[in-house]
Amino acid sequence: MRAIVGLGLLLSIAAATAPVHAADVTLLNVSYDPTRELYKDLDAAFAAQWKAKSGDTVTINQSHGGSGKQARSVIDGLEADVVTLALAYDIDEIADKAKLLPATWQKRLPNNSTPYYSTIVFLVRKGNPKGIHDWNDLVKDGVGVITPNPKSSGGARWNYLAAWGYATKTLGAAKAKDFVTKLYHNVPVLDSGARGSTTTFVERGQGDVLLAWENEAYLATHEAGGDKFEIVTPSVSILAEPPVAVVDKNVEKHGTAKVAEAFLRYLYTPAAQEIIAKDFYRPRDPAVAAKYAGAFKNLQLFTIDRNFGGWTKAQTAHFADGGLFDQIFEAAKR
Amino acid sequence: MIVLLPLSAIFIKTAGLGWREFVAVALSRRALAAYRLSFGAAALAAAINAVFGLLVAWVLVRYDFAGKRVVSALVDLPFALPTAVAGIALTALYAPNGWIGSLLPFKVAFEPVGVVVALTFIGLPFVVRTVEPVLADLGADVEEAAASLGAGRWTTFRRVVLPAVLPALVTGFALAFARGVGEYGSVIFIAGNLPFRSEIAPLLIVQQLEQYNYRGATAIAATMLTASFAILVAINLLQAWDRRKMAAL
Amino acid sequence: MKTTAEPGWLRWLLIAAALGFLGINLALPLAQVFAGALAKGIAVYRAAVVEPDAVAAMRLTLTVAAIAVPLNIVFGLAASWAITKFDFPGKAMLISLIDLPLSVSPVVSGLIYVLLFGLQGWAGPWLREHDIRIVFAVPGIVLATVFVTFPFVARELIPLMLEQGRSDEEAARSLGATGWQTFRRVTLPNIRWGLLYGVLLCNARAMGEFGAVSVVSGHIRGLTNTLPLHIEILYNEYNYVAAFAVASLLAGLALVTLVAKSVLEWRFGDAIAGGGH
Repeated sequence: MRAIVGLGLLLSIAAATAPVHAADVTLLNVSYDPTRELYKDLDAAFAAQWKAKSGDTVTINQSHGGSGKQARSVIDGLEADVVTLALAYDIDEIADKAKLLPATWQKRLPNNSTPYYSTIVFLVRKGNPKGIHDWNDLVKDGVGVITPNPKSSGGARWNYLAAWGYATKTLGAAKAKDFVTKLYHNVPVLDSGARGSTTTFVERGQGDVLLAWENEAYLATHEAGGDKFEIVTPSVSILAEPPVAVVDKNVEKHGTAKVAEAFLRYLYTPAAQEIIAKDFYRPRDPAVAAKYAGAFKNLQLFTIDRNFGGWTKAQTAHFADGGLFDQIFEAAKR
Repeated sequence: MIVLLPLSAIFIKTAGLGWREFVAVALSRRALAAYRLSFGAAALAAAINAVFGLLVAWVLVRYDFAGKRVVSALVDLPFALPTAVAGIALTALYAPNGWIGSLLPFKVAFEPVGVVVALTFIGLPFVVRTVEPVLADLGADVEEAAASLGAGRWTTFRRVVLPAVLPALVTGFALAFARGVGEYGSVIFIAGNLPFRSEIAPLLIVQQLEQYNYRGATAIAATMLTASFAILVAINLLQAWDRRKMAAL
Repeated sequence: MKTTAEPGWLRWLLIAAALGFLGINLALPLAQVFAGALAKGIAVYRAAVVEPDAVAAMRLTLTVAAIAVPLNIVFGLAASWAITKFDFPGKAMLISLIDLPLSVSPVVSGLIYVLLFGLQGWAGPWLREHDIRIVFAVPGIVLATVFVTFPFVARELIPLMLEQGRSDEEAARSLGATGWQTFRRVTLPNIRWGLLYGVLLCNARAMGEFGAVSVVSGHIRGLTNTLPLHIEILYNEYNYVAAFAVASLLAGLALVTLVAKSVLEWRFGDAIAGGGH
């Protein structure tokens, strides 16, 4: 009985806190961890531009967390107007499990719906004492590699696949599993998220090399003061595409379809691309890319679609229960 | 009630899983290793807390010293500090470049020992706070009687004080243990999270969720719940039996 | 009296051992938090604490505690009353059930509410149709907090009420008092200190809860971020100083309640001693 009264009370609170549709528009952007700094700038720039264009005031609320966790929250009812996540697989799941947007969402915006891209690079301690220059240096004895667990972190899957892709390319597909097993044998701490790994490497002094998104590596050197770490760009790495999408069912409900769409389109404009490049993501716009060419080293990039047959396939083969990643750790313990 | 209704959701969700799948997820070798670490570290931490918690409670109840009130308030700190903050602070302390870690000849953070350290921190108030009232309640007269009968201080403690506080101590142990088994926030920072080595069971739940496998997650949760519930019931039954025995005397 | 006291050296040894253990296990982590918070000076500390998102998070945390704690006082009183004043089979089972939220991983505590009220859950579609938000909004945070802090009041009261027995209530009833009168005039005064203690612990835990709340909050900055979640965000922004500053604030909030308890104990020390009969 008391429980029912309590529940009734909570429901009435729920009703009281439900949003009121005012003239001013509010968007909810559900994003992943490393984009906080990026969207802080982009949101403000877009709001100013939208105000000048339509006279409406738009407020963009931000939610950040692990990419998979954020996708789950949207599936379970977090009413995101737009999602900007670490990998397409997470948005695929929103389309598949909750049917909040069509399965073909990735075709709706240019460049696979990714207004910016990045890649996986190495962060090493100043002076590069272990002489780490490419992927094959990571499997040497006595090298400590810091990378998060691909089973609990979306970003870490890019790291893992980048290593796998390098091995396939240089050693052949048959040797890839062996190479990656050796690499993970050198991992002393397997954090649950990308930022946890960065902290373990930067603050706790663990390991000799951190596998990280390029933008994260730049940010970490920036925050820690440039004299403690160096960025090493390997000969080949993976094209990491963090996609964006409008969540159709939610914008329908909120009546925000137009502004949500405009926000994502805005990300492709030169003004936004400038901000993107300044926050260490690689811009898509050729002019902006040329301007910042000095900041981003050229390297050979392979893609998830061409080399791994897309996310769904990579996910089942590598990261599902009993998949290759699990086998690697099983083997290490036997 | 408030506990049962939400918890039933776990079991109903798990029931959607076939038996074979359940075994594959919840009883895999990796899961078993994680249970061993979670339950083992929780038991060890609770045991450490039982010893030192009793000591702290004894000192707080029986002795007077400067700053006692501050110390007493400090005991509740682990309740108040968010577990993530506790985890970050402990990791910073015990990491090889931390205040304590740099003094120790062996590694604590990022090793299974780190899990025990975190769980000891989390569980201490449970033991101290359950033992304290009983110790305070225990009159000096019984001890005096024992002493007048010629019992030494140690004998008095062992024969008179210990049996009296034992039920409370066991309750404290049980609570600290129960809390330790499920603890996530503080542990993930300080454990190395390596499968088979320093990976705790709650982390496996998170990983199942990350694969959008809610059923797998609830399967592990249900297994852990059943085990902790069985242990808690055993402890509480033991206590009820003990109380009846005491009453009969 | 002297016969029941330990020799001086042993007494000091025990005190030293206890303080040493507490020092390493509790004081050092706390010191680490404050050291981190003040690493860049007091100005940076102040800026982190008065920042609008931090203030919004604090307001939410206090609101949640203000709803969850009274609810748990009612639930805890009811549960411990039922357990200690009546006999029924399966009592040990019920006590264990009360302990259970402690052993449930906080992640799971949050997950169960998502399973119940989430869009893919049982009540989800209906709730969405009626535009009622439970998970990823304040009600979900409150529910998760209530669940996690449920054991504290009950757990504090049960041993106390067991020890006190039923004789006082039975006497009151035989003198013609109604159930409610008995509760208000006899039971409540007897247990008030235990109750206060349970409330303080419950409150401290309610403000500090992280895992369960993290699952149901939605992490919307300035809207559904509690203080512990705000700390995590700051930490993940590599803003370690601000993270520790807000953490020290939270520890401070909790310590205030704990110090309040100590003061109460001290001022009414005789009343407590007498209150337990």
